[in-house]
Amino acid sequence: MTGKPTYQRPMLVRHQAGLMNKLSRVAGMRPLTEIDGVPVAALVERFGSPLFVFSERSIVSRHRELRDALSVRLPKARLAWSYKTNYLDAVCKVMHREGSLAEVVSEMELDKALRQVAGTEIIFNGPYKPEGALEKAFRAGARVHLDHFDELARAEAVARRLGLAPKVALRINMSLPGITPWSRFGFNLESGQALDAVRRLRAGGVLQLAGLHAHVGTFVQDVDAYRQEARKLSELANLLAREHGVMVEWIDLGGGFASNNTLHAQYLPGEQVTPSFAQYAEAIAEGLAALALPPGREPTIFLETGRALVDEAGSLVTTVHATKRLTDGRRALILDAGVNSLFTAFWYRHDVVPAQPFAGTPEPTILYGPLCMAIDVVRDQLLFPPLSPGDRIVVRNVGAYNVTQWMQFITDRPAVVLVSRTGEAALMRRRESVETLLAQEEVPAWLA
Amino acid sequence: MDTLQRLKDLAVSESGFVFDPHSGQTFSLNETGRAILEALKRGETVEQIVTDLRQGFEVEPGADLGRDVHEFLLLAREQGWPVPQVEAP
Repeated sequence: MTGKPTYQRPMLVRHQAGLMNKLSRVAGMRPLTEIDGVPVAALVERFGSPLFVFSERSIVSRHRELRDALSVRLPKARLAWSYKTNYLDAVCKVMHREGSLAEVVSEMELDKALRQVAGTEIIFNGPYKPEGALEKAFRAGARVHLDHFDELARAEAVARRLGLAPKVALRINMSLPGITPWSRFGFNLESGQALDAVRRLRAGGVLQLAGLHAHVGTFVQDVDAYRQEARKLSELANLLAREHGVMVEWIDLGGGFASNNTLHAQYLPGEQVTPSFAQYAEAIAEGLAALALPPGREPTIFLETGRALVDEAGSLVTTVHATKRLTDGRRALILDAGVNSLFTAFWYRHDVVPAQPFAGTPEPTILYGPLCMAIDVVRDQLLFPPLSPGDRIVVRNVGAYNVTQWMQFITDRPAVVLVSRTGEAALMRRRESVETLLAQEEVPAWLA
Repeated sequence: MDTLQRLKDLAVSESGFVFDPHSGQTFSLNETGRAILEALKRGETVEQIVTDLRQGFEVEPGADLGRDVHEFLLLAREQGWPVPQVEAP
């Protein structure tokens, strides 16, 4: 010990007075050195960087929180895991072990789900269900939710050919104040199209109308949307019972609950404005109070919550490759993970924290990924402590959509690891390599 | 007013809080930044500043102090400080 202060790179930050700083809250920033008790440094040493790390404890705890919030208000509520949010086998297995059905929107997802659960535990949504997929779904006893008239006719043809009379649901879209309508999916309620579909389906004499389904949007932070959606579907269910003799057995309210992430256009941080599961559940229960079906005929209520269950469980560990100073004075960090791995950087101002203790004055910083592309920005403005090449950063709340929508562009997709509730870390998906890429390629004979 | 005098007008507290009486703006410096500003006020060159830093701080092997000082001076100029023009290291 010499008694001299430790050298830090010199720092100069201009004070900016004004409203609450929306860029970040450095005062509260703490390093995230461990994920569920496992040191981040040890994870990187074992599995490499960048690295997606999922917490089984978080998945289970969020799942139980939502299930409990629903069950005290809606005894017949069930969750259906939205495969498109994250269809890694291990993640789906955790969800199914907790009691979730599978909600799939493509034949590929259907195939994946059939390896995990019985067909009767699958909800098949989406606007594209080719005949082969419908046949597979009907044979397995999946709940098929019909999206448009062509699909209705196609489903009838398939069921007739198979000699089956499957129970199906109609997807309904509706107008809700303050919510951008998703009229491209399902049959419109206000125009009368939904009732036309009911008549058409019943006239066909093949399919049995047993369910109603709607999905009001994505990252919906206004719980009133669910109150109105539930009320409108309840009133439609009442009308079907009263005037068409159809007693629906299930109502699927879709997904769309917001996670704690912060949208780019959002002023306050997500954790301050995102409703709790209890608030969503309360609004849904209030809307469903409009149901007036005979006692004992209450429909099962499905929710296809994806993002809000798994986002918080996922972290992306990335390494600082270089630092540079931009001409506008900002510090730039070049990371080994970019928007190719972290697709959601286009949507959110992600919560980013160093993975080791840090010191020094925070300064305006931009986080770039490794791609030779101007769009490769992980965070475009935040107050961040000074870091050096080799330092690790954790991007938090990235569990939803990234490991399904990630792109194989220029670099390999990183490995994905699950940390168990007892602190054991294991691979859920291996890091890709150039062999992964080449395995799909062919060179035409005349070029060989 | 000459550059050195304007630099001397920057009021610096022991904790690195800086007030620029000409612009009314305030800034924060870390300890290293404060040492550089004090050296600039004494009219030191980049080479002298680097020597000061090596003597005054515990520096890890491999740290590029010349680059750091140069970068700090560019940043200071961006903020409107009357910092003398310096060549890249």
